[in-house]
Amino acid sequence: MSTTSVLGGVVRRKEDPALIRGEGLYVDDIKLPGELAAAFVRSPFAHARISSIDVSAAIAMDGVHAVYTADDVRHLGPVLAQVAVGTLRPPLADGAVHHIGEAVAMVVADDRYIAQDAVDAIFVDYDPLPAVVDLKAAAADEIQAHEGVSNVLLAWSGQDWWPGVTDELPDAKPAIEEAKARDDTVTVSLEMVNQRLIPTAIEPRAVLANWHAGYGSFELWSSTQIPHALAGAIAKIFGLPSNKVRVVAPEVGGGFGLKLNIYPDEILCCFASKELGRPVRWTETRREAPASSIQGRGWVGTATIVGTRDGRILGYELDAICDMGAYSQNFTVAIPLLGLFVAPGQYDIPTAYTLTCVVTNTPTTDAYRGAGRPEAAYYLERIIDRYAREIGMDPAEVRKKNFWQPDQFPATTAVGLTMDSGNYAANLDALLEKVDYEGLKARRDAARAEGRLVGIGLSSYVEVCGFGPSALAGLGFSWSEYGQPAAFNGSGVVRVNPDGSCTVIIGTGPSGQGHETTWAQIVSDQLGIELDQIEVLHGDTAESPFGVGTFGSRSLAVDGTATYEASARVKDKAAAIAAHLLEAAPEDIRFADGGAHVAGSPDKTVSWPEIATSAYQPHTLPDGMEGGLESTAVFSPGNATWPFGSHLALVEVDPDTGNVEILEYWAMDDCGNVVNPMIVDGQIHGGIAQGIGQAMFEAAIYDDDGNLLSSSLMDYPIPTAADLPSFRLDRTTTPTDVNPLGVKGIGEAGTIGSAQTIVNAVVDALAPLGVEHVDMPLRPRNVWQAINGARG
Amino acid sequence: MTVNGTRYDRDVEPRTLLVHFLREELGLTGTHVGCDTSYCGACTVIVDGRSVKSCTYLAVAADGADVRTVEGVAVDGTLHPVQEGFWERHGLQCGFCTPGMIMSSVALLEQNPAPGEGEIRHAIEGNLCRCTGYHNIVRAVEYAAAKMRGEEPPAPDWEVPS
Ligand code: FES
Ligand code: FES
Repeated sequence: MSTTSVLGGVVRRKEDPALIRGEGLYVDDIKLPGELAAAFVRSPFAHARISSIDVSAAIAMDGVHAVYTADDVRHLGPVLAQVAVGTLRPPLADGAVHHIGEAVAMVVADDRYIAQDAVDAIFVDYDPLPAVVDLKAAAADEIQAHEGVSNVLLAWSGQDWWPGVTDELPDAKPAIEEAKARDDTVTVSLEMVNQRLIPTAIEPRAVLANWHAGYGSFELWSSTQIPHALAGAIAKIFGLPSNKVRVVAPEVGGGFGLKLNIYPDEILCCFASKELGRPVRWTETRREAPASSIQGRGWVGTATIVGTRDGRILGYELDAICDMGAYSQNFTVAIPLLGLFVAPGQYDIPTAYTLTCVVTNTPTTDAYRGAGRPEAAYYLERIIDRYAREIGMDPAEVRKKNFWQPDQFPATTAVGLTMDSGNYAANLDALLEKVDYEGLKARRDAARAEGRLVGIGLSSYVEVCGFGPSALAGLGFSWSEYGQPAAFNGSGVVRVNPDGSCTVIIGTGPSGQGHETTWAQIVSDQLGIELDQIEVLHGDTAESPFGVGTFGSRSLAVDGTATYEASARVKDKAAAIAAHLLEAAPEDIRFADGGAHVAGSPDKTVSWPEIATSAYQPHTLPDGMEGGLESTAVFSPGNATWPFGSHLALVEVDPDTGNVEILEYWAMDDCGNVVNPMIVDGQIHGGIAQGIGQAMFEAAIYDDDGNLLSSSLMDYPIPTAADLPSFRLDRTTTPTDVNPLGVKGIGEAGTIGSAQTIVNAVVDALAPLGVEHVDMPLRPRNVWQAINGARG
Repeated sequence: MTVNGTRYDRDVEPRTLLVHFLREELGLTGTHVGCDTSYCGACTVIVDGRSVKSCTYLAVAADGADVRTVEGVAVDGTLHPVQEGFWERHGLQCGFCTPGMIMSSVALLEQNPAPGEGEIRHAIEGNLCRCTGYHNIVRAVEYAAAKMRGEEPPAPDWEVPS
């Protein structure tokens, strides 16, 4: 895996020296003189009318500067969403609350202790209403989560989910029904829950807003994945041009989609700062985070496969109800759509789907790592396993029998989207060879013969990411609600400074993914400038080119490509300057070792500082050449990218306790070309850990009244070091032609491939007992119950 | 108390937490806060040789104690082997858990210079990381342990096929 080339080679991260010394600056580490602290009164009910709010005691407290309720902020309008379908969130609950923990009032005080004391002194009278929590009840629509408004927002279904693009799709239903009716086919179905999750970045969200009355402008520090969108939203809400709002996302302590939203607290801290003339800070507490940030997943659905007895799948159906929570935020209803994009997985199979988006009295769901795609992969890969078991065929064989073949790419799938490249059977074969699949099965069977519950789980997956084509942004929604371009472009600025150092400014920023290192590698590879001479800036809307943000595993494929193209243009200009200085032809100029030389004459050289100095002294340039050595590029890809892979786990279940131990975990991923294998592997590790977290530990659990029973890290156990094994990774490489780097994206793949790998393994371990399915999370108790249920 | 070798004399409110004293009073913002239930370990520091969660430790309880934070583990600008290990083995992504992870690892290696993988995982069990899946954190600690014993660290994963 290791190479010495800068592109495709391992280099230590540029980000790390500050972070390992404790010098990284996160929002909470930035202090402004005179800042005030905000805290929120949050609803103890999931659904209730607000009959009165008494703030008098709070406002009279020493050190309290203001208390705001809906009456004070209604004019700001709802929290903006990119896909504005359904009820948008008011900044503070207006007349009624619709989920537990919804913000009802905001206190601004000298410090957070006083703010919290004042929160406790505010009295809200609630008139409780029945809460809608269960998804089937929500879909039945007998009780409404918002009084008088249907719970059913829309259903992604049928042939025309993308008007004008997919309405030509054949209807898969008739053929599937016909296949089911044949007597030489097998039909298997499973109803499964893909439970709600709380994303849980270790850094809670944090906001610091500062209104400058003299300049008529805001500065806003926020732990966000989308600084430009946030700046646009704040500008729109406060009636300012967007250049009067500077958003800075400094170090961001993990994102995973939860920081991909505009949040009321961001708007309200700006509002309070403007009202009070002081900087206003809010830092999320872990306990309020499940309600003050978005949650993820939350599907109940049935997957069905009809196929022949020799493993040919004739039809796949997915019918699920998807939980949107109480309000629509940034992408809420579009998350199931992302699942639909990959519903048929790696398979060339007729597919029918209905994904019904319903509103409940629970916090909003939105993008959480994978965002719809892990859910889709889960249903498909679980039911394929079930089908394989039903017909007595090896699950790897069934998968291979139905894969798209390499010569079919670009392949237009059953949902009408075209996948760029894939080599699925080769990827799965590489995995099976690596793990010695036959040997592993023999090990499992030997353990079984001793009465042990050992199982092998396999999953293939395809991801869609690298968003993406601008046209995707035109799905017919109000995508321009932000006042931003409705598009998914990427951008990058490459500037060689007069001293020969290089500044790269990008439109997207990291929350741990190592953009600074990866982007420096791309530019260094182009220009031959040493990595330590390249500085990569991001996250400050005052200095960076417009970019839509870091999500959907898109940064490298889109913004990385833009940076690559900007550096290519700088290189062309530098070659012309070097040629002028060396009295050679530009096409003979080669870049290496910190400068340029003439091909074949390694001693005719000019250094980067010399080239750059000339660039900034126009009289030394070729006639007519503009001064400076800088380029901005914007890249708009023609398609999304489609990474894929296969994962395999070996697990053992303790029959007495139901405890699951992961003995081995292998992943064979394919994300196209790789810039830094170390960083890519790290992304896969983290993704797998989150998938295992869903499979084995995590669940946001609500009671019938909509109370969250898992609001602390004790009740919502994310994996610890002791819960996980070391992972064994390898990769195949199938480049894409969607971008010149041939890269696809790797941020979410590990999560998309892993949850069902674990569940498939556990169900395989329990298969001798007759267990067909266990819903996640596979906590010991759930597994123990499955074992004992099967034993009767 | 002494923090990273410097003595500080301060009057603090009895309810002030050590983490707030470090961050707000001394400006040592390398120690992070990730939860309110003493569960995540982002706030881990070393007090008199033992790793403690400074979010549930009162500043007054550290009166007279020797406190070490992530800012104090490098000596004269030279990284501590644990810091070096995290850099060399990609033991961090967003870096938010990292100071706490580093302090727990330093405390571990001061008590057990040759921990096995299971012992490392157990020692950092109280430090949550959402980014790395812990794989490379374990590799980082193995690297540091070898370095501190004067041995050659194990080769990185990317040089040895798994
Ligand atoms: S901040 Fe989470 S344990 Fe201290
Ligand atoms: S590196 Fe992000 S939480 Fe550990």
